[in-house]
Amino acid sequence: MSVLVFAEASEGKFKKAALEVVSYGKKIAEQLGTELVALTINASNASELASYGAQKIIKVTQDNQESFDAKCTATTIKEVALKEAADVVIIDSSSNGLYVAPIVAAQLNAGYASNVIDVPSSTQPFTVKRKAFSNKAFNHTEISTAVKVIGLAKNSFGIVENSTTATEEDFTSTATASGVSSTALNKASGQVTIADADVVVSGGRGLKGPENWGLIEDLAEVLGAATACSKPVSDLGWRPHAEHVGQTGKPVASNLYIAIGISGAIQHLAGINASKVKVVINTDPEAPFFKAADYGIVGDAFEVVPQLIEKLKVFKANN
Amino acid sequence: MKILVCISHVPDTTSKINFTENDSAFDSNGVQYVINPYDEFALARAMWFKEKQGASITVITVGNAGTEPSLRKALAIGADDAIRIDAEATDGFFVAKQLAEVAKSNGYDLILTGRESIDYNGAMVPGMLATFLDYNFVNACIGVEIENNTATAIKEIDGGSETLSTSLPLVLAGQKGLVEEKELRIPNMRGIMMARKKPLSVVAAIETEATTKSVRFEKPEEKSACKMVAASDIDGLIDLLHNEAKVI
Ligand SMILES: Cc1cc2nc3c(=O)[nH]c(=O)nc-3n(C[C@H](O)[C@H](O)[C@H](O)COP(=O)(O)OP(=O)(O)OC[C@H]3O[C@@H](n4cnc5c(N)ncnc54)[C@H](O)[C@@H]3O)c2cc1C
Ligand SMILES: Cc1cc2nc3c(=O)[nH]c(=O)nc-3n(C[C@H](O)[C@H](O)[C@H](O)COP(=O)(O)OP(=O)(O)OC[C@H]3O[C@@H](n4cnc5c(N)ncnc54)[C@H](O)[C@@H]3O)c2cc1C
Repeated sequence: MSVLVFAEASEGKFKKAALEVVSYGKKIAEQLGTELVALTINASNASELASYGAQKIIKVTQDNQESFDAKCTATTIKEVALKEAADVVIIDSSSNGLYVAPIVAAQLNAGYASNVIDVPSSTQPFTVKRKAFSNKAFNHTEISTAVKVIGLAKNSFGIVENSTTATEEDFTSTATASGVSSTALNKASGQVTIADADVVVSGGRGLKGPENWGLIEDLAEVLGAATACSKPVSDLGWRPHAEHVGQTGKPVASNLYIAIGISGAIQHLAGINASKVKVVINTDPEAPFFKAADYGIVGDAFEVVPQLIEKLKVFKANN
Repeated sequence: MKILVCISHVPDTTSKINFTENDSAFDSNGVQYVINPYDEFALARAMWFKEKQGASITVITVGNAGTEPSLRKALAIGADDAIRIDAEATDGFFVAKQLAEVAKSNGYDLILTGRESIDYNGAMVPGMLATFLDYNFVNACIGVEIENNTATAIKEIDGGSETLSTSLPLVLAGQKGLVEEKELRIPNMRGIMMARKKPLSVVAAIETEATTKSVRFEKPEEKSACKMVAASDIDGLIDLLHNEAKVI
């Protein structure tokens, strides 16, 4: 018996989501009275996972796994799950995590619950709470198979330090390259992505045109935030499609979401509801976003945002 | 090229989400159902292949008779035939098994699905289907070209995109980018008339166990009211975000 987490490393380093699944896995291992095993592939500092509760760290360091190959990764996870007799396998919700989890579940003949936001409310039967209907509701799902696969929703559990002494073990997977291979990567380096950001600053049609996006970018820069936008803004070509958030765009689960000149249509809110704190700046006191926000300012973005940027600069310098 | 497009029949994006029977079932009262928005992009790309490169398009859904309007709509848009696997779709694993069974016997070159359903947001059927069939699989696909047996697919990744080279048979889980929004199809009168004559076959589901079960739904707690801050009091906002919300 064991709980297995896949702690994904990106260019050798663990992202927040990887440390979050380890923290979460520790809690489930405690519930089940079993050991927490963490699998890493080509991580440069695998030992770090002991600080979050991993009792056994399995290290795969294979050249053929240098670039991410979903099926190959999934097969490696399956092999380790079998070797460690894992009852529960936990994977994060990064784009790679979402890619591999269903493959792992199908390979293990395991029930899979994605979008899970909490530790099981019961382990017998095994019941987890997951998001459904694009954040408009939750579902309590029972997983009835012997092995259970959990996809942990981003930023839902948090990172919990839990210093442990861990054993480390090397593992060689028999997985070979799948029929899908990467030929080019197009990734802006050094930019905060919506997926990883603690803070997201988002602009809507209220900003009038792409020439005004300096406001959004400057505010994002002071806060170390990612930039996002509403759907019409990307449809109009003011911003790239990759920034479109909402029900039919990217989901946002940041700690802070600042919406500027966005009305708060139901499809927009569906995608950003999982953010913990929402701030809205809008000229129209009747804008539906105020009903969904935690803090609101009724005001003109072109007057409020420059002041906010200046005052935040001062605040950041002193804190 | 034989293309299969998997269609999920979902409440439209403006639907009020409510539950009945002690919160154990979705309340479909007054709810308008549509083709899952991601699946519309998949279908539109399939139409592009049909018109530009020659292909046949079958659309398929796992669901009860109530899902047929979505299949008819897909036929009106231009699919050639439709299959409904007659079962309540209660679990992604179950759905993927059912789809795999039909796909195995009919042998498709390309299977297009949406990235996720907008109702249960499982994002699991495509990857499971590909695994059961042992086909190549690309998730979160925002572009695809096919030349003979070879496919070039673009996948969205956190913070960018990745170009992948692969081959048929292939399962793609798609989203916006497969086609642009303006290239989505709306059925015209002629399409609707023709759809009535196109074959829609109903096949029985195979025996397979469900791996998950919905126990209960829950609505989020009512939010507490938004705290309003005067536009002249930016310091007040910063103070609240720092000391109360603790997010900066
Ligand atoms: C099937 C479907 C899916 C959809 N999916 C999404 C989705 O995923 N994401 C999404 O965002 N939308 C989505 N939409 C669109 C959605 O319904 C709204 O149309 C959209 O979110 C509105 O964008 P907006 O708030 O930027 O623009 P608007 O609704 O035009 O709002 C602009 C706001 O700016 C305010 N404003 C104007 N001037 C200023 C100023 N100087 N300072 C401050 N505020 C100002 C206005 O008061 C207004 O509230 C979808 C729609 C459909 C039908
Ligand atoms: C907890 C829970 C309870 C549920 N309860 C019910 C219920 O009581 N009644 C009910 O009808 N459904 C129910 N469902 C929904 C049912 O599981 C879904 O229709 C199906 O399992 C896939 O949903 P998904 O979100 O996992 O799909 P995803 O994996 O997110 O879908 C991705 C893509 O797969 C394809 N796809 C998905 N579903 C189908 C389908 N049915 N047919 C063809 N292609 C498909 C589409 O192309 C879709 O874009 C429930 C789901 C869950 C998770």
